[in-house]
Amino acid sequence: MKQDKYTEKLTYSVRSMEQLTAAAWSMVIECPDVAAKAQPGQFVNLLPDGNFTLRRPISICGIDREQGTLRIVFEVRGKGTAALSQLRAGDTVNMLAPLGHGFTLPAKETRAILIGGGIGTPPMLPLAQYFGANAVVISGFRNQDAVILQADFAAAGAKTILCTDDGSAGRFGLVTLPLEEEIAAQKPGLICACGPLPMLRATAAIAKAEEIPCQVSLEERMGCGIGACLVCACRTVDPDGTEQYRHVCKNGPVFNAEEVQW
Amino acid sequence: MADLSVNICGIPFKNPIIPASGVFGYGREYEQYYELSRLGGIATKGTTGTKRTGNLPPRVAETPMGMLNSVGLQNPGIDAFIANELPHLLACDTVILANIAGSTAEECAEVAAKLDKTDVHMIELNISCPNVRQGGAAFGTSCTAASQVVAAVRKATSKPLVVKLSPNVTSITEIAKAVAAEGADAVSLINTLLGMRIDLRTRRPILHNNMGGFSGPAIFPVAVRMVWQVANAVDVPVIGMGGVMSGEDAAELMMAGASAVQVGTAIVQDPYAPLRIIDELNDWLDSNHIASAAELTGSVKPW
Ligand SMILES: Cc1cc2nc3c(=O)[nH]c(=O)nc-3n(C[C@H](O)[C@H](O)[C@H](O)COP(=O)(O)OP(=O)(O)OC[C@H]3O[C@@H](n4cnc5c(N)ncnc54)[C@H](O)[C@@H]3O)c2cc1C
Ligand SMILES: Cc1cc2nc3c(=O)[nH]c(=O)nc-3n(C[C@H](O)[C@H](O)[C@H](O)COP(=O)(O)O)c2cc1C
Ligand code: FES
Repeated sequence: MKQDKYTEKLTYSVRSMEQLTAAAWSMVIECPDVAAKAQPGQFVNLLPDGNFTLRRPISICGIDREQGTLRIVFEVRGKGTAALSQLRAGDTVNMLAPLGHGFTLPAKETRAILIGGGIGTPPMLPLAQYFGANAVVISGFRNQDAVILQADFAAAGAKTILCTDDGSAGRFGLVTLPLEEEIAAQKPGLICACGPLPMLRATAAIAKAEEIPCQVSLEERMGCGIGACLVCACRTVDPDGTEQYRHVCKNGPVFNAEEVQW
Repeated sequence: MADLSVNICGIPFKNPIIPASGVFGYGREYEQYYELSRLGGIATKGTTGTKRTGNLPPRVAETPMGMLNSVGLQNPGIDAFIANELPHLLACDTVILANIAGSTAEECAEVAAKLDKTDVHMIELNISCPNVRQGGAAFGTSCTAASQVVAAVRKATSKPLVVKLSPNVTSITEIAKAVAAEGADAVSLINTLLGMRIDLRTRRPILHNNMGGFSGPAIFPVAVRMVWQVANAVDVPVIGMGGVMSGEDAAELMMAGASAVQVGTAIVQDPYAPLRIIDELNDWLDSNHIASAAELTGSVKPW
């Protein structure tokens, strides 16, 4: 990596790297300036070493202000995340962060249901830590081998409900079933969700029907990550019904579910 | 410290490095990283007669050493640009090139006429945006259409007029000569090449628009070649761009004939890219004992 005074500003050191599953990695990055500002729901934009033109957006999974570190958890999907998975403690990483608009948090005492699907579960962890015992975390994975972060959610004091598509761990089936049960047991003040689009759509529909505020974290392919290049468009609707494009990197990644044109 | 200043159409630039249209918005996002006054100039996001919402996502794909985009000229329209963005930009102490486009020559002329009444320093007319089906592509790819739109815009403004050329043509020199003949004060090039990528698994193009504009280091040699050809074909100054990632790339494009250099994709990757490129250009000039950046322009010694 070229080291000039500008690249240095975005260069951080990897504190630790841990493999969670065959595909998923957990990375802790030393970045006191970023950790001091970071909010749950924001993301980091990492430029892998090698012939990459674009950065890779990854949600923030842990904010430790005392240690001055951030934690991210990501799955190897293509060449960029494969390159990032090669990093080890002591290596440096080029990172632009914290970026985006995170979750808007009500009082800690609010009963919150947090829904994570697959690699959408990491951004739920800072929320679970915030709401503690008032949080119910419902996570869904393909199968047992893909399950991540359940011990972290439990350590935060949250109630955890695990679902898998094939029943190889936890409950068999979709996260929406336990969501409806939890709502019936005691209506929450907030639902937050991150994961595949069909899961977000179904969650948003339930929240709307039950009139529960719902915030979702969206994904879109990105360029600059700061709101200038306009490539990360997502369709939204204003309260007056006008449709427009907003930008996942700046207006999001977290949106109120009613704003999103599902 | 070399003299980095350059002069294009009588407008003085502190240095020859200018963020390219479309990657820098109206500058606001970058102000959190540095003062915009350090830049040679700013080419603003392409603005049309009325608001455009742009294309459906996905709008971006990575390619080997480059990227494709299909933003589709999303912008708030010229009136909103002049009311909400231009005053702030003009207070930034750098040269502002208002990039404009339209689906008809009349629309382009109308936008230029509105800018003519402002204090904007230069107008950059995009006759090459390949993204909007009815838009720029048609003008930039034929000499007749290019001449017509430049003639219409020329009548509408006395501001320095830079015409931004499309590389998606058989002979870029013919188009350059045609627009210079209609009164363009300068030309800028290259806009993006037309490209496409397909997701093998879904058999869908990655871009929702199917095709998009190809930019980044992969297109640099095409940019050097076209800047060289155009600089040799017309008498007006050339602003070069296309894949510039470093100060040495900027020096190379200037040797090929560019009086100044725009930087696009490098900024998408790294917000500090223009500042780094300015420093690198200065260091390169110093270490080669060249007193001024302007000396580089057209200094290539072709075989
Ligand atoms: C706001 C946000 C938060 C995210 N958080 C996480 C996270 O916490 N953990 C995690 O594992 N993944 C997360 N992702 C997805 C992650 O960005 C992609 O998996 C990653 O960019 C793939 O890169 P690649 O080089 O491995 O794949 P490739 O397919 O080779 O990438 C090619 C290009 O497409 C882009 N791309 C491919 N898939 C996606 C995608 N799903 N979303 C956005 N861009 C994509 C890449 O960034 C790159 O520009 C997040 C995405 C967004 C937008
Ligand atoms: C995301 C993106 C948006 C762009 N939007 C515009 C635009 O609105 N008007 C325009 O004239 N050129 C636009 N361009 C083209 C650039 O200004 C530039 O000509 C091209 O990208 C080549 O330079 P580069 O390789 O340094 O990026 C855009 C390019 C990108 C990457
Ligand atoms: S990624 Fe550039 S605007 Fe969102």
